[in-house]
Amino acid sequence: MGLFILRRAGIMLITALCLTFVVFFLTNLYPNLEKLGKTQGNIRMTDAQVETWLDRRGYLRPTVVKYGEWLGVLPGFTYTDSDGNLTGRCFRDSQPGETAPRFCGILQGNWGYSIVFKQPAGEIIATRLTLTGKLMFWVMVLMVPTALIVGVLAGMKEGSRTDRTLTTFSIVSTATPEYVSGVILIAVFASSAVGLKWFKGTATSAMDDANFSNFFLPVLTISLYGMGYIARMTRASMTEVMTAQYIRTARLKGVRFSSIVLKHALRNALIAPFTVIMLQFPWLLNGVVIVETLFNYKGFGWTLVQAAGNNDIELLLAVSVVSVIVVLVTQLISDIGYVYLNPRIRVS
Amino acid sequence: MEPLTIMEIAVRVFYQFTPVWISLVILFAVSVAFKRRLGLYGKLFDSPIGMIGFGLVMFWVFTGIFGALDLIVTHDPLAQISGMKNKGPGTPLPSVEDGGYGWYLLGGDNLARDVFSRMIRGAWVVVQIAPLATLFAFMVGITLGLPAGYYGGRLDTLLSFLANLILAFPVILLFYLLVTPEIVATGVPNYMATLLFVFPIIFVGVLLNSRYHTQPRFRTPLLAGVLGVMVWLYLSLISEAGSAVSILPGALDIFDIPGGILVVFVSVVFVNSPTVFRIVRGLAMDIKTRDYVAAAQTRGEGPWYIMLWEILPNARGPLIVDFCLRIGYTTILLGTLGFFGLGLPPESPDWGSTINEGRKLLSIYLHPALPPAFALLSLVLGLNLLADGLREESLKD
Repeated sequence: MGLFILRRAGIMLITALCLTFVVFFLTNLYPNLEKLGKTQGNIRMTDAQVETWLDRRGYLRPTVVKYGEWLGVLPGFTYTDSDGNLTGRCFRDSQPGETAPRFCGILQGNWGYSIVFKQPAGEIIATRLTLTGKLMFWVMVLMVPTALIVGVLAGMKEGSRTDRTLTTFSIVSTATPEYVSGVILIAVFASSAVGLKWFKGTATSAMDDANFSNFFLPVLTISLYGMGYIARMTRASMTEVMTAQYIRTARLKGVRFSSIVLKHALRNALIAPFTVIMLQFPWLLNGVVIVETLFNYKGFGWTLVQAAGNNDIELLLAVSVVSVIVVLVTQLISDIGYVYLNPRIRVS
Repeated sequence: MEPLTIMEIAVRVFYQFTPVWISLVILFAVSVAFKRRLGLYGKLFDSPIGMIGFGLVMFWVFTGIFGALDLIVTHDPLAQISGMKNKGPGTPLPSVEDGGYGWYLLGGDNLARDVFSRMIRGAWVVVQIAPLATLFAFMVGITLGLPAGYYGGRLDTLLSFLANLILAFPVILLFYLLVTPEIVATGVPNYMATLLFVFPIIFVGVLLNSRYHTQPRFRTPLLAGVLGVMVWLYLSLISEAGSAVSILPGALDIFDIPGGILVVFVSVVFVNSPTVFRIVRGLAMDIKTRDYVAAAQTRGEGPWYIMLWEILPNARGPLIVDFCLRIGYTTILLGTLGFFGLGLPPESPDWGSTINEGRKLLSIYLHPALPPAFALLSLVLGLNLLADGLREESLKD
């Protein structure tokens, strides 16, 4: 087991390096740098001036070297101008002339500086991630139990009327992407045109003070899309378990139906959904981006959109590192959890 | 003129869809009449869920086609008519020219364009891109997944690693990285198109060659003809005057894909193919242990013949079901791209862009955002139901 986790962690590390390199490469293509030069320097700079500007900041060196510096395994870039002043990558926080650290990358905890928010990227990520964490927590609280209950109820008696109704519900919910369900929910519950106005159409106020009326709609919107999928998986594994021999034996012994479901079937039926729930995290990340944009909730997904839309290279890199790590860690947990829950699978 | 009542709007919308209803009735009548001879497609008409799904899907397919032929739309989807800004459903136009349609059936959007016509034209965008992109993703996934599953070993490790790499990428981040104008200017999407669109040619070439390589007199002209046409299509698809990849001279270039659509197409294919790869790989690993594969190996058939003519046909059930689901997923992805204003031009009538525009005024005006939202919902729902019906029917044998 230890070797398995070690191997998986190694693969995970390689994957993370490859992915961040791809992001780094794409964000550091010349047109992006040119745009950066023009927004940061002067919009009316000529092409040659842009080039000097970029050169002085070390942007025009090979991507691999820049990636190494960003990661913190190569010494940071320095530039000595004609007056002998030393500037460079690692001089950001200190005054010119002071000694700056030789390495300043992700490994040293330097996440870069956001040009849109005028703040260190690490701070932005920390605050935004907390906000999104709050959103995700409530999504999990709403989504997982509801989906499991729906799935178990539907799978208990295959083909019954409850099964048909709940299956239809889960198909509809998987067919509704967040930007459709969100729009419909806002239209019905928050707009002055329908007039119900039970909830608020934006969740901006929920960042400081979340309550039912400003936070329920975004949570519901994300939950609905993921719910259907988990419910269908639960139903499939529940129907499979319900046809197993030991359930029939239990029924023939005269055990009550409710205790068959709760004591005999449920535990075995929940193995498959566990993996699915963990693998939902990457999908939820998508949902988070859409919902935070739709409801103007300034969390992690909103930051991603802002960083990508405004060519904020260092913030975008930081955002991608975090999201890639989230995805990979959940994959790892789901693999390990699956092995633990299902003794029939042997790791070798 | 008076504004229309809700009943009148419903009747008129129903009437506008006349060509669609006629086509649907004919399609269903013919299919039900001959369903015993139509294989899996015919069996679909035994399951009510499959029929509802198929009906919904075909409704939007016909709507897309007839809409592109100017049959259903009432107004030009880009035309702005003054005085119609944000007007509710059924509002009459201030002045009607001869032969023009007198109302905005589902109201006007915030640029005074007809919501109804835009929704219909949006169907065409989806009907054009989604099935084709899914097909391309399947070609890529099958061409790489079969050898990975069949041979295993290093090849499998490498390809699976690459597939997992793409899968670990958050989709929206990938879209933002690929579809922004700066990246498009460097030609990265064009190079990706050049790479991805080779796979259908490889697939068809290997498919035909492995089947007929024992009859060279028949195979050589067949391959030359088919591959010639495909390579020509391929070159005219990827090469575009003025972009990073421009190989064919203009005279031979039979069609041009508008830049935005090509980028969207490529990124959707790119996102979908690793999942298809994983499914095909799993199926191939399962099927290669069967007796008929062993029999083919004993007969001395080549590995590609076994993969494409023994394993692939026997994996078709799950693949067809996944194909339907994946078209639905691609539709959702296209909507996501439109929702973030990526790729397609801003005035494009596709559903994602219209929803995005409509949502900004959602608390006051509902009518611009809701029709495309329900359209997208019903199409994806139809595809999911269709996949369910197909799964049920294919499990029955």
